[in-house]
Amino acid sequence: MDRYELMGEMDTKDIKTGEGWFDPAHHPSNHPEPVEGLRSEELIVNMGPQHPSTHGVLYLELRLDGEVVIDCRPHIGYLHRSCEKIAENRTYTQFIPFTDRLDYLGAMNNNLGYVLAVEKLLNLQVNERVHYVRTITAELNRVASHLIALGTFAQDLGAYATPMFYCFNDREKIVELFDELCGGRLTYNYMRIGGVQTELPAYADKYIKDFIKYERQKLKEYNELLTYNAIFLARTKKVGILKPEVAINYSVTGPMLRASGVKWDLRKEEPYMIYDRFKFDIPVGANGDSWDRFKVRLDEVSESLKIIEQALGGLPAGNAVSKVNKVYKAPPGEVYLRTENPKGELGFYLVSDGGLKPYRNKIRSPSFSNLAVLPEIIRGLNISDAVCVLGSTDIVMGEIDR
Amino acid sequence: MELSQLVQAIREKFPEAITEERKAAIVIKKESLLAVAGFLKGEFLFENLHCVSGVDWKDKIEVVYHLYSFKHKFMLTLKVFLNMQDLTVETLSGLWKSANWLERETYDLFGVKFLNHPDLRRILNPDEWTDFPLRKNFDRPDFFRLPQSDGLKAGG
Repeated sequence: MDRYELMGEMDTKDIKTGEGWFDPAHHPSNHPEPVEGLRSEELIVNMGPQHPSTHGVLYLELRLDGEVVIDCRPHIGYLHRSCEKIAENRTYTQFIPFTDRLDYLGAMNNNLGYVLAVEKLLNLQVNERVHYVRTITAELNRVASHLIALGTFAQDLGAYATPMFYCFNDREKIVELFDELCGGRLTYNYMRIGGVQTELPAYADKYIKDFIKYERQKLKEYNELLTYNAIFLARTKKVGILKPEVAINYSVTGPMLRASGVKWDLRKEEPYMIYDRFKFDIPVGANGDSWDRFKVRLDEVSESLKIIEQALGGLPAGNAVSKVNKVYKAPPGEVYLRTENPKGELGFYLVSDGGLKPYRNKIRSPSFSNLAVLPEIIRGLNISDAVCVLGSTDIVMGEIDR
Repeated sequence: MELSQLVQAIREKFPEAITEERKAAIVIKKESLLAVAGFLKGEFLFENLHCVSGVDWKDKIEVVYHLYSFKHKFMLTLKVFLNMQDLTVETLSGLWKSANWLERETYDLFGVKFLNHPDLRRILNPDEWTDFPLRKNFDRPDFFRLPQSDGLKAGG
């Protein structure tokens, strides 16, 4: 049956514009009638640091009027491990495993961002095959990261277990390949300065192609299950609207920025590595609401699959694993390099004084800025919608607290 | 867009502001930071303050601002050097909201005070801390005692 038939009265125009949907601004709890003689006051609710829907140790101080959030103050730092200080006491190579633990759902992308920054600092060239292998693994990791974002978002909204199990099941296929590749399921430590750790296994080509075919089928299923599900739409449409100018002012990046309607993807606009060779689109949202953020991620999965398919097709023969130095002496200078991570733009600002260790390594993490905008979005929403918005921002505390 | 073009424009508007012109960065006087940043945002559409970082050079602290213009696809590095005796600089959070948290982080880790900041509190470390851990002279304690607590907590 066509999914639009399932939804009865609603037509496709409604889905695109969100018109006719429940607007939280008109909810009666937003306009409480004052009752004579009844004392009422604001209430402070501490959400977190241990809360199932905060995706880590995030503490939100919510000021409530009834059920409406008047103000929100995020408190962070519970997972602070001072990665930047650690970096100053390690050689460039030794810091790669620490980047895994920033955004632990996109470890491969963090590795990539860091080694690209160091390679730019050292002015080091790598061969073609390395570029391709890095692209394939990074994009696979993007798919895995987005799948978790989609699954946990649905879980936050109360779609208990089913979507999450579906998404984790798909992600498992990627994780298994990475396990074979580098021996880790979450923290890969795969990229090296000047190459990668191991060669793709012999079966990888067929395995990934099968996965792409399987995942494309699955994405259709997710559209049926979640994207155009009437309950899901009612919970997410027009909830937590982020305006593009606000997003840019807060330096929001990644799928969150694109959901607000800004067509901006570093891979397309300022291609690094070999991204200019691939054909893919940038999914953009129309309203900047929670549903758009979900949809943009879902569409990005299929765009990533396109990139992986093209990269596999053009994978040159050669050796991705070459002898790399144990230590590198960087010339004095500095470099700022950003890459498009699953969560947004990850930047590494490396300052070298000519020694074996970086003088300063500043990590500009995407989730940090994406969380900073949260109070702007959830002010005036119901507390249950605050959970929805938080789920749709897809933050990882590991890279916020560093 | 070229860096030299920006340097020229700033020199014309603020003749005294630029103290040094580097290969990929502009060093400006801290007094004219706010005016220059506002000028850059207005004239050259640097809509995005991407990153604020501090670097400790022992005798002075460098605050680095990475500004980005979507229209020109250009990343500009602005630098300000602060003396250890006077670690204060005007906040940019009036121009870019992203500066709020990024400057709080620099305050937390380096002790740079951002004047007129709306909410200058520590962000990553506990509020009771008195040290600035990313300074080069920071001594990592084996144990530290939290104020208003009577027990030792393992640190480091």
